[in-house]
Amino acid sequence: MALLSKKDAALLTDPLTDNNPITVQVLGICSALAITAELKASIVMAISVMAVLGVGNVVISLLRNIIPSKIRIIVQLVIVAALVIIVDLILKAFSYELSKTLSVFVGLIITNCIIMGRFEAFALGNGPWKSFLDGLGNSAGYGIILIIVGFFRELLGSGTLLGFKVLGDPIEKTGLYAFGYENNGFMLLSPMALIVVGIIIWVQRSKNKTLIEEN
Amino acid sequence: MSKRTDSNAYTIIFAMIMVVVVGSLLAFFSSFLKPNIDENKRVEKQQNILYAMGINDNDESNANFISSSFAGQEFSKFVKEQLVLEVTDEKVTKLQTREEYMDTNNGQEPYLIDVKQQQNHAKEGKARKLPLFVGEKDGKTFYVAPIYGKGLWDAIWGYVSLDENMVIQGAYFDHKGETPGLGANIKQRYFMDDFIGEYLLTDEGDFKGVTVAKGNNDPKNERKTDYKVDAIAGATITGDGVTAMIKSDLQLYVPYFKSLKN
Repeated sequence: MALLSKKDAALLTDPLTDNNPITVQVLGICSALAITAELKASIVMAISVMAVLGVGNVVISLLRNIIPSKIRIIVQLVIVAALVIIVDLILKAFSYELSKTLSVFVGLIITNCIIMGRFEAFALGNGPWKSFLDGLGNSAGYGIILIIVGFFRELLGSGTLLGFKVLGDPIEKTGLYAFGYENNGFMLLSPMALIVVGIIIWVQRSKNKTLIEEN
Repeated sequence: MSKRTDSNAYTIIFAMIMVVVVGSLLAFFSSFLKPNIDENKRVEKQQNILYAMGINDNDESNANFISSSFAGQEFSKFVKEQLVLEVTDEKVTKLQTREEYMDTNNGQEPYLIDVKQQQNHAKEGKARKLPLFVGEKDGKTFYVAPIYGKGLWDAIWGYVSLDENMVIQGAYFDHKGETPGLGANIKQRYFMDDFIGEYLLTDEGDFKGVTVAKGNNDPKNERKTDYKVDAIAGATITGDGVTAMIKSDLQLYVPYFKSLKN
């Protein structure tokens, strides 16, 4: 027997490809621009969003029948803000240096439209298990794009991956740099994140023509 | 058809319960994790001071502290003395060693002195305690002083290490919430390293400070006696904040350095 029914599995896998929050729904772009200059920050952001969205979706789903509809957006905001503050405190206690790199960005989780979007669109109308899978799937879809963008920006911008010099030493001119290769500082600036996301969207749509909108 | 959850009374009661539950949850986490967070902040101060003395894990372009697991050990190895000064009318009126200070302050280490609190004391007319960390590395003596000021959005602070002539030997800056990519770059090596070798005093021994200057035509910072380093583009206010905190806080140590000479 399969661990997940076909429908449940689709909740997990759809956001990874054909219903990706960044490349198809075009949500969560601001954080994708802000923190992807390094692969490490991308991975941490992906994990943090996964924790917040997974837990948040379950909480909202459990409360969906008792949340007063008049103040449901406020309730969602309070819940996500509380979760984010808790994640922030835990990072400060157990991964201090990471929390310092993320300090400004942790707040961005609250305003991440993917989170409010999934609460409104899915968790308010579905059971906790389905909502949990939906949360995991969407944050994984978000995280994958973040990590791809972070990978290329760090590799081409700084010549490193997770801080390791994979292309050689730019000052000592070893590795690729011995052949005249140079790091592209432009990759470290935000516009390049947009361009990398654009390239991913292009590749994805040329593989799956049904994603192309008709005018 | 109206649902039970649509009534006003229900909405208000729900909101009240939610606030209490979420509030207590946050309070619990905050107090439960506080010891860990405080410990991290303490180790970070040691790492900051060591960084300013040139004890760090820097690679060719990134500023890296020494690992937090060694920080305590290295700190006691390299930092020989932690002085606490009080200065009035440009004279050192009180000088406590680490032991003396800890005896009178419930065993609090001088490096944990809250610089902002001391600045407020000075504003209220009370004596301001100035911590100064004396370190030794490769036979050379470093005097590390903490500085604290404000950037564009929030607090900025740092540690500057000096030699006997108040020539900067190393600097570490940090910030609470400056703009990523602009003001936040004061903690990048290309900015902090520019301060090394800069003079704070004029030939006559007057305090001049170091200005974070725009367009000083010395981007490689080869002139060390011009009292200027090159500013970061797009971070004028943060840069001015760095200039201001160097001027206001390091100036206070001048009498001590003069007393070293006599």
